[in-house]
Amino acid sequence: MKAAFKFHGGVHPPTHKTESTRTPIAQTALPSKLVIPLHQHVGARAKPVVQVGEHVLKGQMIGKPEGRLSNAVHASTSGTVSAIDLQLVAHHSGQPDLCVTIVPDGRDEWIAHTGVDYKQTAHTELRHLLRQAGVVGLGGAVFPSDLKAYSNKHKIKTMVLNGAECEPYITCDDMLMRERPADILRGAEVLRELLYAEEILIGIEDNKPEAIAAMRQAVIDGKHEHMTVVAVPTVYPSGGAKQLMRILTGIEVAAGVRSTEKGLQCFNVATAYSAWRAIAHGEPLLSRIVTVTGNVAHAQNFEVLLGTPVDELMAQAGSRPDTDKHIMGGPMMGVQLPSATVGITKAANCIIASSPALFPPPKPALPCIRCTRCAEVCPAELQPQDLYWFAKANNFGKAQEFHLFDCIECGACTYVCPSNIPLVNYYRYAKSEIWAREQEAQAAELARERHEFRQLRIEREKQEKAEKLAQKEKAAAVAKAASDAVQMPTATPLGPNADPDDAMQLRIDAALARAKEQASAAHPKNTETLTPQQHAEIAEADARRAKAHEMALSDAEQKSE
Amino acid sequence: MIAALLVMIGIAVFLGAVLGFSAIKFKVQGNPLVEKIDAVLPQTQCGQCGFPGCKPYAEALAKGEADINKCPPGGEEGIHKLADLLGKEFIPFGEGAPPKAKSVAFIDESTCIGCTLCIQACPVDAIVGAAKQMHTIIASECTGCELCLAPCPVDCISMLPIAEDITNWKWRYPVFPIQATI
Ligand code: SF4
Ligand code: SF4
Ligand code: SF4
Ligand code: SF4
Repeated sequence: MKAAFKFHGGVHPPTHKTESTRTPIAQTALPSKLVIPLHQHVGARAKPVVQVGEHVLKGQMIGKPEGRLSNAVHASTSGTVSAIDLQLVAHHSGQPDLCVTIVPDGRDEWIAHTGVDYKQTAHTELRHLLRQAGVVGLGGAVFPSDLKAYSNKHKIKTMVLNGAECEPYITCDDMLMRERPADILRGAEVLRELLYAEEILIGIEDNKPEAIAAMRQAVIDGKHEHMTVVAVPTVYPSGGAKQLMRILTGIEVAAGVRSTEKGLQCFNVATAYSAWRAIAHGEPLLSRIVTVTGNVAHAQNFEVLLGTPVDELMAQAGSRPDTDKHIMGGPMMGVQLPSATVGITKAANCIIASSPALFPPPKPALPCIRCTRCAEVCPAELQPQDLYWFAKANNFGKAQEFHLFDCIECGACTYVCPSNIPLVNYYRYAKSEIWAREQEAQAAELARERHEFRQLRIEREKQEKAEKLAQKEKAAAVAKAASDAVQMPTATPLGPNADPDDAMQLRIDAALARAKEQASAAHPKNTETLTPQQHAEIAEADARRAKAHEMALSDAEQKSE
Repeated sequence: MIAALLVMIGIAVFLGAVLGFSAIKFKVQGNPLVEKIDAVLPQTQCGQCGFPGCKPYAEALAKGEADINKCPPGGEEGIHKLADLLGKEFIPFGEGAPPKAKSVAFIDESTCIGCTLCIQACPVDAIVGAAKQMHTIIASECTGCELCLAPCPVDCISMLPIAEDITNWKWRYPVFPIQATI
């Protein structure tokens, strides 16, 4: 079957795919260490659940999901945890993040694991398994799959399986589809079950005839009734989720609308594969296929353990000495790695060794000539030249009005711009500024609420105090009247011939006793509206203080001895 | 004739009642301009504007009794926003301190004597503690207003600038060479 629909624009950069598809997927040798970031997915960073020095088994969870939007992280091989600290990671910022470093023991010893029969298992249980197995979108977006495989509000008609792989150089999905199509389709079947989808459309660009043939054969062999493999035209970025949905179904998913509202959901082929490994074999996501290409002797796909340092991986493909940097992902949307020591993550579909000859430094930019070539190729049907103008002038409101957040950062506009303007960088800058402002606004709102609450509280306390005082005075007046009536001469120490100093001492003692009582009854203030995490922090601080107090006491004792 | 008059009077009374009722029912709470200005202010509640908090400053602005360049935490952008909102000209910051980097307060736990003075100073209840117990600042609630620094008798509170990390990192404004056209 051929695709019937098209999306707007698109470009045809040289694909450079044949270099890395000549040989089958190779296994990498066990690296000397694994640097596994705890934040490899969209959402909250996983919380480390191992200690330094602990021995871990292959497949053992080392980071547990924190909150709903989060995911698990596992030890990719057996070995000893040598560090849990901040290390450089594959991120645009070049900032470090929390990583677990494992020194392999060479035995590659698995933790006990079994699969389940997905037909006999409840859907919530299946989703839980996906979450605990750390399955996320392997196309690059790394969104937790358990959350995507769920739609209660909208009926999903079509599940799209994304094997388009449109970005130059990257061939990991191509090779996976050629070599392991059966498991991909089984995984897709599980995901379809979870979504109650009617059909699965598998989109593969027509420059991968081997993959298309293999997948078609697997559909027939596996007797998958609801699946159709569709060859889609080779044009970048056909692998964008919205673009592929458009090509396969003709349905346009507007900005800010979830595809599920239109009855669509999209998974990458590698995600389906790892979902199957997780469900049917109980294997968490420990490795992924990575294309190693660019300035290397033998460009090839490897099955790489997550956490493998990039330089050790590149060495196996024969990196050349004039390599000056590494790009994770493709040349259009990839991340330039801050260092070659970072570990491979779930998002790393491709590592390109770059050299000045291969990727010459960008030419100096010229002013925009408003040729609108960028608008012609923009798959999101934006006006990139206007967005550029607004982002450049820090006019973020206007940029948002022109649908800045529809931009998928595909880089097609930058690719065609005759003035060599790094357009995408402007959009990224504008987006991150807008996000930061939104966060600031939220923080300000919180501060306003807390301030108003505090003023309310002070007012309330004042009133309560006044009331108490009034009551006390009343009680005192009544008591005085009573005592006056009874006329007890010894009732008060303040007799006419009592020593005034004694009376003073008595009053001080009474005040001290009262103060003591109050101190023991004192409660920390402002703790009503705190989150459990903050409570935990406070408890920690209290513990520290108690310890310090003890130490001080014992110090004092030692000194007095 | 009388019937017509009665009808008209009836309608008049009815409409009057509706107007009177809606005046009570749909009464605008507070001053909407003050709310709008308050929404633009950063809510640091630091008092550097010369007013006891952001809301009082907003009230003064609404009455036209204060200049729009008095709030350092809001930065130049804050002045621009106020200028837009109030239809005034932008004025740069005066002699006062230019805005500083955002920071949060930190209590040195070994020095704190538990006097509760900082709790009383904090405008957003960001300090937890009780008499004669060590105090701690809830960093996520602290607005960095520095009001707790002065009251502390043992000077154990310091302001720590918020360092950039992977969670709050932002894309930089693109800087690249522009080739001169001849
Ligand atoms: S392609 Fe470049 S020069 Fe042409 S309109 Fe777009 S930004 Fe301007
Ligand atoms: S990067 Fe954004 S603006 Fe440029 S072509 Fe892609 S979607 Fe359009
Ligand atoms: S100076 Fe401080 S108190 Fe005044 S408006 Fe600005 S943040 Fe609020
Ligand atoms: S802790 Fe100090 S700096 Fe932070 S908001 Fe409270 S008073 Fe201001």
